[in-house]
Amino acid sequence: MTTETRVGPLETEELISGSEAIARACALADVDVITAYPIRPYDTVMQFVSKLIANGELTCEYIVAESEHSQFEIVKHASAVGARVFTGSSGVGWFYAFEALAVTCGLRLPMVAMVGNRALDDPGAFGCEHNDALAVRDLGWLLNWAATAQDCIDTAFLAWRVAEDPRVFLPCAISTDGAFLTHSQQIVKVPDRSLVDKFLPPYDRGKFQLHPDNPITIAPQVNEDWLMEIRRQTDAAMRRARDVIIEAHQEFVDIFGRGGDPFLEEYMTDDADVVLIGMGTLALPLKVTVRRMREKGHKVGFIRVKWFRPFPGPELLELLPRFKAVGVIDRDYSLGSPLNGGVLFNEVRSIMYSAPERVPIIGFVAGLGGREITIPSTRQMFEITQKAADEGGTDQELHWIGVRE
Amino acid sequence: MTTTQQLVPLRGVKQSPLEELFTSGHRTCQGCESALVMKLMIKAAGPRTIVLGSTGCMYVANTTYYSTPWVVPWMHTQLGSSGSAALGTAAGLKALMRKAKMKDEPINVIAFCGDGGGADMGLSAISAALTHNEYNLLILLYDNESYANTDIQVSGSSPWGANSTFSPPGTLHRIMNRRWKKNTAGMLAAGHPQARYIATGCASYATDMMNKVRKALTIGGPTFMHTLDPCPKGWDYDPMYSHELGVLAVQTGIWVQYEVEDGKITLNGPSKVLARGKKRLPVEEYLKRQGRFAHFTPEDVAYFQSQIDEMWEKWWIPGVVPPGPQDP
Ligand SMILES: Cc1ncc(C[n+]2csc(CCOP(=O)(O)OP(=O)(O)O)c2C)c(N)n1
Ligand code: SF4
Ligand SMILES: [Mg+2]
Repeated sequence: MTTETRVGPLETEELISGSEAIARACALADVDVITAYPIRPYDTVMQFVSKLIANGELTCEYIVAESEHSQFEIVKHASAVGARVFTGSSGVGWFYAFEALAVTCGLRLPMVAMVGNRALDDPGAFGCEHNDALAVRDLGWLLNWAATAQDCIDTAFLAWRVAEDPRVFLPCAISTDGAFLTHSQQIVKVPDRSLVDKFLPPYDRGKFQLHPDNPITIAPQVNEDWLMEIRRQTDAAMRRARDVIIEAHQEFVDIFGRGGDPFLEEYMTDDADVVLIGMGTLALPLKVTVRRMREKGHKVGFIRVKWFRPFPGPELLELLPRFKAVGVIDRDYSLGSPLNGGVLFNEVRSIMYSAPERVPIIGFVAGLGGREITIPSTRQMFEITQKAADEGGTDQELHWIGVRE
Repeated sequence: MTTTQQLVPLRGVKQSPLEELFTSGHRTCQGCESALVMKLMIKAAGPRTIVLGSTGCMYVANTTYYSTPWVVPWMHTQLGSSGSAALGTAAGLKALMRKAKMKDEPINVIAFCGDGGGADMGLSAISAALTHNEYNLLILLYDNESYANTDIQVSGSSPWGANSTFSPPGTLHRIMNRRWKKNTAGMLAAGHPQARYIATGCASYATDMMNKVRKALTIGGPTFMHTLDPCPKGWDYDPMYSHELGVLAVQTGIWVQYEVEDGKITLNGPSKVLARGKKRLPVEEYLKRQGRFAHFTPEDVAYFQSQIDEMWEKWWIPGVVPPGPQDP
């Protein structure tokens, strides 16, 4: 028996991609069932998962399904018997699984999925776009957007913890920008299993476990007799998820010593006049631009939305009124929606209806199909927002950025 | 979960367990043979079984909230998901048992689907499940030859010419379903050489059907069964004739009873006798008892008969393996 004890932080630093970070999280969380199906860019996570299994570093039932529909159905059923599960997809693959995505919420089955955000193919594109994951926003999925590879591994632990909490029992998707995060390596603190065990309790399906010792019937026909009550319960679970996220986040910070605010990451917002809001890896160019513009005396800041569902409405409502103008960047579109804006833009405007003072809110659609959100384009968005602040409003509330006319 | 339950063959109905695991509470039509398949299936499998049911009559009519007939654990799965439901359940159990997170014991996993859910929509998932040798599961396709629950629409498993709400006879086209019924079990047997057991059955031959369920669950690995279930509503006949129609389907040679065990094909019961040369009943005896064929002309009946004759006379194995190119 070895008597060696480890000293120092129970973490190692490694240069890995967002996909590899999530694969490592699967091993550390002792996931029981994983299903894979190839589609770029998420599939990289499964390449790492399969290698971990092949090398004996991850023990689980690993099934390469024959479609995304089956991929998600298989883990859904594994979750029903009490197994911790992981799966994922991208773009049209996520849509191929849509039926399964929908019913998993109604069944109140926890599941963690990685979405490698990808455009919805035709006409021929598989670069980053957020419309894939956003499509389930009304159904009961917990939706998180990661910005760094560190976020990926950390959020994965949070995802299982929140999804499997009996107060929640809902599926959770971690969105990772295709290529920018799935394929880019960064230094990541990979924790020791003992730390993860401290944070993440085993999944206990309790009285809902499907087993001969507990012969329940799951998902009988309820129709108009009961469906509203059941939807209301799912709604209550999503509402409770807010507190569970806050609680889990606090404990995460206590154990791992990082994590920040649960819902929002604020960057130089304290004395800012104008801020831009966005999700995912665009945080990086935005932070650079904020620093550069501040050097020139512009009071600008950036806010990154981490959890899109549950939506950080109360936090934004408290935070945003103090700015002179707000710009919302969407890496997605919502055609025909109010102001023809993106999804996040519409949500932010909606929550700000309750604000005592109406701050000008401008929407930007940028970076579709994986087009890079460049430093000059972020500067342009700040300038448009600053102008609205200076003029106390604007005639044009929606801008597509970097489009050839 | 490396072992399976050892379910002994029954030597007659009298030996079958008295315990009912599919009890009152269901609301299927009178004379519904698919409901009988459910009852026999779970009687044969016993209480240490998890059943997954895909959308269709055996879900919608069977599992009204607060009046489930299932004594065993039961869960709905999506229309095309019987293969995935079986696989996911078996994989979940196996992972938990392997990691000692659950007591290690053989638990039967059965996923059932209709012909629409299984032979059409869910075919790829069933096929995939049948390639996963390390999981013990049975997929049972109950074939009432239509999308029955949605009001009797033609499926890939409906017989040629049958009247359905999507293939009604009209003044210009008498025959709206011009497709021949898929050979689902034969296709799955041919395509999944390592699946150890694939069989057809019919509730009119109850002991045979129950024994096939038992064999499928005992043998291990992924297995498949396909039953032909007379459906009074979809086939349009008096419910009292359900049993008789099952017998007629077999004795006219339209439905072939067989099993493929470790690649070895055996015709069973009356089908075996027919293969040895016993005279088949004319298909008309079967067709004329059902309203869904009421629009058939004598030519239609003759065409139907010719296809059945060809199957018995020209196929390598009737109902299972079609003729090879070098055959007459
Ligand atoms: C994805 C999907 N498409 C369509 C339906 C509508 N639907 C419900 S039951 C059913 C019939 C299924 O037919 P089959 O599998 O043969 O079962 P049966 O009703 O005949 O027992 C259909 C089409 C559905 N539930 N899901
Ligand atoms: S329609 Fe057919 S399969 Fe459906 S419940 Fe009635 S008899 Fe059974
Ligand atoms: Mg049917």
